[in-house]
Amino acid sequence: MTTTVAKDAMRKGDKTIIAEGTRMIPLFIMGKRYYVPETLTIQKAMEYAGYQFIRSCGCRGGICGACATVYRLEGDYKLYSGLACQTVVQPNMYLVQIPFFPANKAIYDIEKLPYDVTAIQTTYPETFRCVQCNACTKVCPMDLQVMDYMAAAIRGDIEAVAEMSRSCVMCGLCTSRCPAETNQYNMAELCRRLYGRYGQKKSQQVAKRVEEIKAGKYDPMIKELQSIPLEELKKRYEEREWEPIISEGWQPKETKYL
Amino acid sequence: MGYTPEMKELIKRVEATRPARIERVKQGIQFPKLSLAEAQKRLRTYHPDYKEDGRREFKIGPNKGDGHTYPDEVVDLFEANSRIDPDKVDLSNPDFETDVLIIGGGGAGTTASLFAQQNGMKVIIATKLRHGDANTIMAEGGIQSADSPVDSPYYHYLDIIGGGHFTNKPKLVEAIAKDAPIIIQWLESLGMNFDKTPDGQMRLLAGGGICRKRMHSCGDFTGAEIMRTIRDEARNRRDDITVLEYQPAVEILLDEDGKAAGALLYNMETEEYIVVKSKAVIITTGGCGRLHIQGFATTNHYGATMDGVVMAYRAGVPHCFLYATQYHPTGVAYPEQNVGLLITEKFRTAGAQPVNIDGEEFTFPLEPRDVESSNIIRECMELGKGVPTPVGRIGVWLDSPMIDILKGEGTVERDFPAKFIQFKRYGIDISKEPMLIYPTHHYQNGGVEANEWGETKIPGLFVAGEVLGGVHGENRLMGNSLLDINVFGRRTGMRSAEYVKQGVTIKKLTLDHVRAYQKELKEAGIETDRISPMLLPDYTNPEVRNRQLTARYFGTLR
Repeated sequence: MTTTVAKDAMRKGDKTIIAEGTRMIPLFIMGKRYYVPETLTIQKAMEYAGYQFIRSCGCRGGICGACATVYRLEGDYKLYSGLACQTVVQPNMYLVQIPFFPANKAIYDIEKLPYDVTAIQTTYPETFRCVQCNACTKVCPMDLQVMDYMAAAIRGDIEAVAEMSRSCVMCGLCTSRCPAETNQYNMAELCRRLYGRYGQKKSQQVAKRVEEIKAGKYDPMIKELQSIPLEELKKRYEEREWEPIISEGWQPKETKYL
Repeated sequence: MGYTPEMKELIKRVEATRPARIERVKQGIQFPKLSLAEAQKRLRTYHPDYKEDGRREFKIGPNKGDGHTYPDEVVDLFEANSRIDPDKVDLSNPDFETDVLIIGGGGAGTTASLFAQQNGMKVIIATKLRHGDANTIMAEGGIQSADSPVDSPYYHYLDIIGGGHFTNKPKLVEAIAKDAPIIIQWLESLGMNFDKTPDGQMRLLAGGGICRKRMHSCGDFTGAEIMRTIRDEARNRRDDITVLEYQPAVEILLDEDGKAAGALLYNMETEEYIVVKSKAVIITTGGCGRLHIQGFATTNHYGATMDGVVMAYRAGVPHCFLYATQYHPTGVAYPEQNVGLLITEKFRTAGAQPVNIDGEEFTFPLEPRDVESSNIIRECMELGKGVPTPVGRIGVWLDSPMIDILKGEGTVERDFPAKFIQFKRYGIDISKEPMLIYPTHHYQNGGVEANEWGETKIPGLFVAGEVLGGVHGENRLMGNSLLDINVFGRRTGMRSAEYVKQGVTIKKLTLDHVRAYQKELKEAGIETDRISPMLLPDYTNPEVRNRQLTARYFGTLR
């Protein structure tokens, strides 16, 4: 089976192609109504309406946390949230973006903190004011179990906080909703760093290689690559051995450059 | 939502060939790699860099007549006016003074700030968006470092230079191959989380064009984890590191002797210009995906508009390799809302194969990126074996369900949590259904010319990260960008501190280089109302633009 395509099929940059017959729906940006194609994300719908972002727009790919948005739907008391770059518009969505929300950031020296609950007590004592209301979990656009990691923090289980907060984009929506005024996402960042620094074991192999590099072990090998003729360099490139996908116990034949 | 019935029908063909493909992978049989000669031929025929239309030479500045043609989208930025009239800027009363000014608050800039600070410097980071809004935070798959017992910097060097078609600058390649383990150890010490075994061994992965498993990662958001960690550390050192957000630089300042002496910043919210005087300047402004070269969608963040190369060029620093643009083989082609977004190479290292509309393999899954992209473009545009989307785009399948079959149920969700949720939002379970992909504008490859310490020809002016050209030659490999931002961030942070400590006296500040550049534009007969640096792309609906009819922006409203 073959498909023919227009040569410029992909030359549309980031512009969303709006299929013919796409329905236009009303969208309320900070209470003001615009009609936008129903297939767009909130971010692209706002641009369609005529907005140019300075704030509330970063990676446009769901990982930087710049475009946190809260919204309600007409006739529905519930508060919803999402990243504007990842959420498709719905009819009669009333939205506002929260480009910045003040949060407490503790200043600390990672080298001097203990790997236990006291590290949290001294940096983010407000963590222990958590009333387990679950507002943070409900608002999290990444579907993290925020309240559960707060509980883990209170227990001093730093590894659990690190694991449960791993895909946090630090948008700050949790903090904006917290009745106990805690700073969940900055506290979680502290825990991830503590876990990486003290919870995870250091790689011995990395340490060994750093010593070898500092001792100059690889200098002559790299000098060799820089001095051989181009044809020889290409030959070595083409002939290099490949570590197989399933490589348990694999050893290369050439070992003098290891 | 999810796939349309037509697409679901086509997916059945992928499912039909899957068991046999799985069997071959288990036996170690893959689609054959192209030889160097075949790959060159494939690139010349299908890679967008080799298209002749939409490109032109530089008519002014240090790269005038260098024998290369560059994409129009790039040249347009250099054949453009400064945002300011130098005669109106008062340089005699700087708003800020510091030791080291870093332009750009992404990975390279933040690492540079940490190393400059720990070498005794007061630092200002001026950044366009928020601290950390950068391509670094979007990097998914991993960071290379040759520390496995069956690997060494020798092989890392060989992979980098071969991937770059042997055009890379050897000293710069040596810098990243040799510094890599030092960077990994430093990130470990700051508390970055790596994917490790319980005894602390790195879970190393393969990557396109690399002969050994060398990829260190943290899920599929390795860049985000690096950025979160180093940004948190920079915030801990706020007594010495000041961050100015939403205030990008628009021109470099020199002093009367021609040394780098600061920059002119633009507060995008109040529209004021701000003078920063400094003893050294490090440019870390990143790449250029938002130029949409050749009309491609991009994986890059909102502010990736090549500002640093433009500013350095106006100050007289040449660029190199900007004629080569990297298209990542696997950008999203469906759903339409996510078009262009990155799907990490890690999917292919974990076993997912690109297959065509009939479910057939057509490329070795881990060719260097430019070759892999060319193979996909060929399959779609020449051989007609692409899969159409409802709005008329085209792509090939990336058969992600293979990963769970090869490595155990749940692997996709565990190892690719960010991508899993991104597709789940659109009703697609990527552990059960393949993804539709097409190449997307990903990386700048070239950039400002500098040596292995990031020093440019202007005393006191350094560059680090994607804005620096030459490390990767004409084509970068996966995992070497997260590496190079840290390597050159560290090197420029340390070297700028050394430079300042020698004793630097900044004389009278000047923008004469901007005046000279404007004159050169005029003499070359380039008359334009374009303004650069671009700062932000314009995605406003053109119909709305046409209704913005204010005749002159005077009066009480802007």
